[in-house]
Amino acid sequence: MTLTLDHITKTFGDTTAVRDLSLEIPEGEIFGMLGANGAGKTTTFRMIIGLLEATEGEVYWNGGRMTYAGSGMIGYLPEERGLYPKLTVRDQLIYLGRLRGMKKADIVKELEGWLERFQVPDYIDQKVEELSKGNQQKIQFISAVIHQPKLLILDEPFSGLDPVNVELLKQAVLDVKKMGTSIVFSSHRMEHVEELCEHVCILQHGQPIVHGSLKEIKRSYGRKNLRIHADFDLGYLKEVEGVVTFADVPDGCVLQIDREETAEHIFQKLQGRGFVRRFELEEPSLNDIFIEKAGTSYE
Amino acid sequence: MNKFGIILSHTYLSRVKAKSFLITTIITVLFIFLAGNMPSILSSFGGSGGEDAGQRVAVLDETGEVFPDLRNNVQNTGGNVTLQRYEGSEAEAKEEVRDGTFDGFLNITMPSGEPQAAYFSMQGNPSALSQSLQQALQPVKVNMAAADAGVDPAVVEQLTSPVVFETSALEQDQGAQSAEEQNSARGIVYVMLFLLYLSVIMYGNMIAMDVANEKSSRVMEILVSSVSPVTQMFAKIAGIALLGLTQFGIILAAGYVMLQTNQNQLTGGVFQYFGLQHAEAGTFIYAIIFFLLGYLLYATLSATIGSLVSRTEEVNQLMAPLIYLIMIAFFIAIFGLNSPDNMLVTVTSFIPFFTPMIMFLRVTMLEVPIWETALSFGLLIGTIILLAMAGARVYKGGVLLYGKSNSLKDVKKALQLSKKE
Repeated sequence: MTLTLDHITKTFGDTTAVRDLSLEIPEGEIFGMLGANGAGKTTTFRMIIGLLEATEGEVYWNGGRMTYAGSGMIGYLPEERGLYPKLTVRDQLIYLGRLRGMKKADIVKELEGWLERFQVPDYIDQKVEELSKGNQQKIQFISAVIHQPKLLILDEPFSGLDPVNVELLKQAVLDVKKMGTSIVFSSHRMEHVEELCEHVCILQHGQPIVHGSLKEIKRSYGRKNLRIHADFDLGYLKEVEGVVTFADVPDGCVLQIDREETAEHIFQKLQGRGFVRRFELEEPSLNDIFIEKAGTSYE
Repeated sequence: MNKFGIILSHTYLSRVKAKSFLITTIITVLFIFLAGNMPSILSSFGGSGGEDAGQRVAVLDETGEVFPDLRNNVQNTGGNVTLQRYEGSEAEAKEEVRDGTFDGFLNITMPSGEPQAAYFSMQGNPSALSQSLQQALQPVKVNMAAADAGVDPAVVEQLTSPVVFETSALEQDQGAQSAEEQNSARGIVYVMLFLLYLSVIMYGNMIAMDVANEKSSRVMEILVSSVSPVTQMFAKIAGIALLGLTQFGIILAAGYVMLQTNQNQLTGGVFQYFGLQHAEAGTFIYAIIFFLLGYLLYATLSATIGSLVSRTEEVNQLMAPLIYLIMIAFFIAIFGLNSPDNMLVTVTSFIPFFTPMIMFLRVTMLEVPIWETALSFGLLIGTIILLAMAGARVYKGGVLLYGKSNSLKDVKKALQLSKKE
């Protein structure tokens, strides 16, 4: 089951929210959608689930168009909490689950399992408005996955959670993926995306500026980071050929170099000057790539 | 169960189980019982203060000619009033009224051969008692004056008996109905007007609030992703309609029980008053159809309005124009009750927002050509379909619309959001 976005564009009056976006999201993978606020992530998600209609282009799910008949295959976690504040967790999920085509008994069984897993089994008969924001987010997550969707869309799932809960939810996302669900996921936090996603797309002003598998992107980016910690002054390395940027850090420096051979070259240059405690060639971070491509810092 | 059913039952059950529903229904039922038992409640509070509850009036009649006839007349009216011939002075009688021995004191004098009366009681303004005394005294005076003039009492009776006056229509197809039929029709129209008016205001508001609630809690985004907005909107409208039927059902049942347990002159009186006994089956069918269509029209509008606001506080503000519409319809209909063939009534009966009330009034009170009824039905149903289509689109777009609402601009924005560009 693959999700295909075929040259989609969405305009609101004079503004273009998404421009000519083509994506292929393979089955059973986690696809990361990155971009600053207003880059068009949420608009893209809304077009995928049919909340908005694309001005141009089509969204295909397994080769066909999405309809409400197939809504049981989709799970959606919106950016903002979308729950009935006055309903209890149980009633809430029974209602939302049934609308996704589940039976009541199955919903209760699944719900109890999920609450157990998130270590909040007592919340089942509490009203949602009585829960903390983080716990509401857990309920929201359960409502998105309880019907075991084939396609799960998570819009900023980790915002407002403490590190322990982020870990809990991250693990849950990975488990959902193991069941064969395709997941599209957006986040502000580059490290979450790097950790979870095989494929990413970076949107800027509604246009994809980087798109592909994470490994591929990093390899084709070419540049790597070189971290050196040494007892002597490293300032002279700025002048070495192939060094793109140079940044002082405590105990040493971080260099961005154009390719791996440059690292070998620098390694030789360090010989005989003193003790080198650390010499490490790092993969470029998504953040580096984003800064390079978008010309601005991400956060 | 399909999604329509799930939303319908959720809307219905969550409302029925709510405390507010229980409380308003109980209050209404209590009110009905209170209103139904008003006569007995009033009589248990009112009265003379004496245990016998009868009212005693002292009569000072200087000639003694008036008292016997007056007492007969009072007794014939069947009231619980006792007249007592008073032998003391005027001042003494007034004193006894102050003491509470008597409820009133009637001083009858004959200044020029005709009786004149002065009534004294603790209340200065005319009461039911003083009026019935006056009515009882009037024929006495007429008889005495007639006797003075030498007129035969039989002639007097002829003179005073009311004229026989009947109104009836000559030809039914002239658009007129008999007075009795019109009276009965008027009763049904009254009932229908009030029910529709109340339903639109109560349940229309409920629908708008429900939608606005879902929107402000952003649950709507999830709902719209799993169920089409059209299904959602109509399931909600049907759910609230069911709720309304439940509430009306309970209230009607309470009213029926009250009438049954309260076996006095009231039983049947209510039905008689509203003329429901004489109503034809056709009228009821018209009433049901017009009611349902009217509800559907206003409910669709309400749902659309609910989808436009981002906070529930703004609902009332946007509902105001809709309430004005139903109020205008209501007032034209009330006016039309007395002149159903007025031009204004005829014209407004074709305006879809007014049709459910005003066309119903015309159909019930006049003989309306079939094409006119059909035309108004067509216009009404067409408008409902149009509004439902527009409503569904505004609904879909409005769901994603947040910020301060500015009704008309929002409709435009919502429509833009819901379509391709």
